[in-house]
Amino acid sequence: MGNKYSVFSLIKNALSYHENWQRAWKDPIPKKEYDAVIVGGGGHGLATAYYLAKKHNMKNIAVVEKGWIGGGNTGRNTTIIRSNYLWDASAGLYDHALKIWEGLSQELNYNVMFSQRGVMNLAHNLQDVRDLKRRTHANRLNGIDAVYLSTEEVKKFCPIINTSQDIRYPVLGGTLQRRAGTARHDAVAWGYARSADEMGVDIIQNCEVKGIKRNSDTVEGLETTKGFIKTKKIGVVAAGHSSVIANMAGIRLPLESKPLQALVSEPVKPIIDTVVMSNAVHAYVSQSDKGELVIGAGTDDYVSYTQKGSHQIVEGTLNAILELYPIFSRMRMLRQWGGIVDICPDASPILSKTSIKGLYFNCGWGTGGFKATPGSGDLFAHTIANDEPHKLNAAFNLNRFVSGDLVDEHGAAAVAH
Amino acid sequence: MFVINCPYCGERDQQEFKAGGEAHIERPKQPTELSDDEWAEYLFMRKNIKGVQYERWNHAHGCRKWFNMVRDTSNDEIKAIYKMGEKPPSI
Repeated sequence: MGNKYSVFSLIKNALSYHENWQRAWKDPIPKKEYDAVIVGGGGHGLATAYYLAKKHNMKNIAVVEKGWIGGGNTGRNTTIIRSNYLWDASAGLYDHALKIWEGLSQELNYNVMFSQRGVMNLAHNLQDVRDLKRRTHANRLNGIDAVYLSTEEVKKFCPIINTSQDIRYPVLGGTLQRRAGTARHDAVAWGYARSADEMGVDIIQNCEVKGIKRNSDTVEGLETTKGFIKTKKIGVVAAGHSSVIANMAGIRLPLESKPLQALVSEPVKPIIDTVVMSNAVHAYVSQSDKGELVIGAGTDDYVSYTQKGSHQIVEGTLNAILELYPIFSRMRMLRQWGGIVDICPDASPILSKTSIKGLYFNCGWGTGGFKATPGSGDLFAHTIANDEPHKLNAAFNLNRFVSGDLVDEHGAAAVAH
Repeated sequence: MFVINCPYCGERDQQEFKAGGEAHIERPKQPTELSDDEWAEYLFMRKNIKGVQYERWNHAHGCRKWFNMVRDTSNDEIKAIYKMGEKPPSI
């Protein structure tokens, strides 16, 4: 346990046919009591535990996960990372994450395959053009790299896009964030898990939370399928199932959980070396290192926890993809899956204390949480350790739904909801 | 994706319908009397149940009428459908 990965360890293990690699993290039995317990072993939860141990010196902590780590939305997203959000609060939050991404592989000694291949957002009508230009200016005022591209520049940056003005939704321009890109989603969960485990964090898999014990307005512990765990601080990072945990604690959240789908094609040689997103026609595509096209579809409009979506959603996305990229018309899709995303009314996340002392929620990331993983973990750890939010996540409190101070990123953030 | 038995049109594919969210959230009778907390509760807070949930649906590409549905959100199984104004069945 705890060996540093290096080229030498790779050579050494190659000599024994890679059969003697050490376990990346332990499989502990839960202790009776922890200083803090994180509910949810996805990227955000594991990152929270890692930063609690590393920056706030809280070593007696655990992550409980009902399935296996990274088996939820961390392993189901389309791995896009960017920070070109419109509003100041969001720009601060997502660019904080992007800055951590830039040094994450070195920090974790784990290759998360972060690739700054750029993210391009397309405009298909005059309102798109105005919105995207406005967002470009807002981004630059916040120190985030962003450029507006003409149709010709879009074509030059990604030559396989059909820029004919005769198509139903012609490409009128686009924006480009060059620092944006993708990362290997599983590696992010595994890298954080390994590093957290090394610092003494207990990662407890196959351990489902069944109840939250509270003494009037203070938490006392968790009922789980592996017994009662006593703790004074609970950080819930349960994505689509956040409301389920909230209902156990007797509080209400402004969330609706909906299925979001993605799909990948058969692998082909490199054809698209960036990420292209289109809000208006709802299509985004990139290519994985294995060669598969990674395509994100939309959400269904009804609440469901089934982790599968409707066929017409995928069909609509592929229609749009084929109009923009006629070159893909003969490709076959290999796999399709769904994940449950927790959507806030303002399409911004919640990283917040609650009315119950010691109960914290990190949720509401909706359709775009993966990009924020390191920043979310860092800021949520700060919130739990100090019982106060960091200035970067202060705007993302639960009270904004009472005060009306929403961070309205619906449609503003270049995101295809 | 599932089939919905519209109380006015009969069985149709789900893609003809629009989901209208949680049902039986009553508009405040005295809006001017409401505190900010109560407004937040009415406007934003949702049960978002994993299991049996009461919902509103609209046959958007059909008769365009609203109705209620009881559905298990853990497996998308429809338990009951009833018209607006009718008493919700206990499931």
